[in-house]
Amino acid sequence: MDLSPLEKHLLNDFQHHLPLSTQPYADMAAQLGVSEAEVLSALARLHEQGLVSRVGAVFRPHSIGASTLAAMAVPPERLEAVAGLINDYPNVNHNYEREHEYNLWFVVTARDEDELCAVLEDMEARTGMPILALPLIEDYHIDLGFDLRWT
Amino acid sequence: MDMNRFRDHLRAIRGPIGSLDRTDIALIGAIEKGLPLTPRPYAEIARGLGLSEQQVVDRLAALRSQGTIKRLGVVVRHRELGYRANGMVVWDVPDDRVAELGRSFSRYDFVTLCYRRPRQLPEWPYNLFCMIHGKSHDEVRARIGQLVQECGLQSVDHEVLFSRRRFKQCGARYHGSDAPQPAREAGYGT
Repeated sequence: MDLSPLEKHLLNDFQHHLPLSTQPYADMAAQLGVSEAEVLSALARLHEQGLVSRVGAVFRPHSIGASTLAAMAVPPERLEAVAGLINDYPNVNHNYEREHEYNLWFVVTARDEDELCAVLEDMEARTGMPILALPLIEDYHIDLGFDLRWT
Repeated sequence: MDMNRFRDHLRAIRGPIGSLDRTDIALIGAIEKGLPLTPRPYAEIARGLGLSEQQVVDRLAALRSQGTIKRLGVVVRHRELGYRANGMVVWDVPDDRVAELGRSFSRYDFVTLCYRRPRQLPEWPYNLFCMIHGKSHDEVRARIGQLVQECGLQSVDHEVLFSRRRFKQCGARYHGSDAPQPAREAGYGT
């Protein structure tokens, strides 16, 4: 991958501590010895290329709402219909078919536990199938950010 | 499923959700998709919420110091590009070794996610989940073999669930509908 030194610094140096000042991108630019406009256009480019998902916050799980990974064992002939039904919930942000008896895997988010349980109950009622709910207990990966090693 | 048991379980593992006021929740909704890439991003967020720029900065600083925000910065996308196969590997690990093994797995470049989740017996005996990407199923299997070897997991049950079809993928929205939508740069914040 062809990245400029500026892009590498932006990907590597600011994963944890975006300046909480009124002009954070200008502060980053000053640290790197470039202009604010260069920082902004490089970040926009990295986002467009899919290397940066956003400049923003990573929240501690279960601190700003309720969410869970969920799975269903769906008879193959019903899989497409059930997947479509699950997709229609705005609370669902990932929905995959996987090769297993539990063949439909999706993530459900809601503002609190009661709303999450109500959505899951509604899904069970509308599909006639039980849900296996597997909420995250601990995340061993993303809180570290990424240690990008340039070779 | 037993919804009452599940609700109790969720309450036991949640963070201090009760300490967030309506303004915090609206602020979280406004930044879930990312900060604007403009010279005064906090001012732009503030306008949409009827706050001052300094109030937004102070509230974000407080959310960060109390741990609700684990980190604030450039969120780099997992290096999935160029990989075709994605295997979710689930392990039945002794409870007292989950954290140690989770941290070990995370050090491998090809492990892009690693989570502890509860078992749901008798249907589901697995408590450690990781995502492994590779150019083919064989490459993913070889990497699982490497984990088994190097972490000494010969006696630990595991299964790999390869992805087949993707029905949906988009960013999580918890509170988005509570918040006015701030203006964004074109093409930013999908």
